[in-house]
Amino acid sequence: MASSKDGNKNLSISERIKKNKETRKSLNIIEKIVPKLLLLCAIISVFVTVGILYTLLSETFTFFAEVSIVEFITETRWQPWQDSFGILSLVSGTLLITVIAMIVAIPIGVASAIFLSEYATDKVRRIIKPILEILAGIPTVVYGFFALTFITPVLSKIIPDLSFFNALSAGIVVGIMIVPMVASLTEDAMSSVPNHLRYGALALGATRLEVTFKVVLPAALSGIIASFALAISRAIGETMIVSIAAGATPKFTADPTQSIQTMTGYIVQVATGDAGYGTTIYYSIYAVGTTLFLFTLVMNLLAQYITRRFREEY
Amino acid sequence: MANKNNKNAVFSVENLNLWYGDDQALYDINMDITENEVTAIIGPSGCGKSTYLKTLNRMVELVPIVRTSGQIKYRGSNIFDKSYSVEELRTKVGMVFQQPNPFPKSIYENIVYGPKIHGIKDKETLDHIVEKSLKGAALWEEVKDRLHENAYGLSGGQQQRICIARCLAIEPDVILMDEPTSALDPISTLKVEELVQELKKEYSIVIVTHNMQQAARISDKTAFFLNGELVEYSDTNTLFSTPADKRTEDYITGRFG
Repeated sequence: MASSKDGNKNLSISERIKKNKETRKSLNIIEKIVPKLLLLCAIISVFVTVGILYTLLSETFTFFAEVSIVEFITETRWQPWQDSFGILSLVSGTLLITVIAMIVAIPIGVASAIFLSEYATDKVRRIIKPILEILAGIPTVVYGFFALTFITPVLSKIIPDLSFFNALSAGIVVGIMIVPMVASLTEDAMSSVPNHLRYGALALGATRLEVTFKVVLPAALSGIIASFALAISRAIGETMIVSIAAGATPKFTADPTQSIQTMTGYIVQVATGDAGYGTTIYYSIYAVGTTLFLFTLVMNLLAQYITRRFREEY
Repeated sequence: MANKNNKNAVFSVENLNLWYGDDQALYDINMDITENEVTAIIGPSGCGKSTYLKTLNRMVELVPIVRTSGQIKYRGSNIFDKSYSVEELRTKVGMVFQQPNPFPKSIYENIVYGPKIHGIKDKETLDHIVEKSLKGAALWEEVKDRLHENAYGLSGGQQQRICIARCLAIEPDVILMDEPTSALDPISTLKVEELVQELKKEYSIVIVTHNMQQAARISDKTAFFLNGELVEYSDTNTLFSTPADKRTEDYITGRFG
């Protein structure tokens, strides 16, 4: 080995490169194989998606062979054990939770992001950001427990006729869970607005607040809206908190003080319950799952549209 | 340095020192800036000329570790006074940056941004301001048919003139320009230089440039900075023809920098 190295030393660099290329033919094979392996991995996720969709849709069709789709969409009662399948009850539960969660998460999340991106010194940012991230790392079952044993008792002191299981408490806690996500994504979007835009406005005599609201936020709007869309999807899909704290009584209502049931909550209840394979109730969870999927799909498409519509290129 | 024609000083800088943390960037600067003139600041990279310019509208304070001593009097009041409003200063002392930095909005919205934050809201006045400012920046004819298109669709030179127009829209007293043509092609540079000549009738202009020919072409007075010191400051013709300081001579004859 040493002797061949010494031998190589007498050659010019270009000759040595040529020689190395010849001895490293095997590298070329790796160059060809690796991309194919990478492609394979990418395809796996496509197949899994297609597989899930196939299962979801085929079982959903079975369900609609037994229950009319018109009843499913227009009926307001969801009492599967009495053969009433009106998805509106579950949808209203989900929307109630989502709206409450967003009322909590958007103001707090955006305000935190504005503070972190525009006002906080590096030192303060280094302290607050990790704390926000800890909040994001708490298991949702703990949040559910927190809603039931802390938020609900506090709320019931303010609202005396609050049900023990209720949408308000669960919605607030789902909102708290989502705050770090909104804050972090919004902060990313704001931080990536180039400083020269801030300077341009400051040099015109704008105050920090005017720069934030009239330059930075509009420039970051597409990223911020994308964060809202992700947050809404997350709230729609949240399962554990609502299963624990929101109750299991499907109701077509907009009253947050009552016990309700969300789409996810229903799926958990049936999937972990004793509904037999092949029964209408069993198939109904696929129909609910498809509805859930459509909701998040529409959310994502809407977000993409809004992002493109409001984009300020910089 | 007595003014022959008795023009007023807009800025009187007295014993100005400036530090970035522990590094001193400006040493004991004393300098009067005269109204309705173009004052050029030249010097090699890192000599403190941009820092000095940004001190005049206190943009330099956006770097948190900056400290200053001494005084800068703008129209007689010290801008470092605690009671002096920095927003008010920047409303009177506008700035054009090295890289054109229009907002990612329409041409129209760019121009009315300043007037709007200062409380001017009625459409008629704003329309008037847009036309006047764009004419002032010699850009009106080029953009009058596409005022509502995004300013980022314009060329670099046009974007820089948008920034000048944006600055004119709030009718400042002084315009600071930080190497405004260094990112522009020669034709756009020429246009901006002609514009500066035009603007000095109504405004006082301080321009930092790394281009000595440019300073010689467009300025009335020139200040030469080196290593944070003001080496020489006099009429542009005098400074370029008979520099008093050996270091100035070395620099303008291209012996260093």
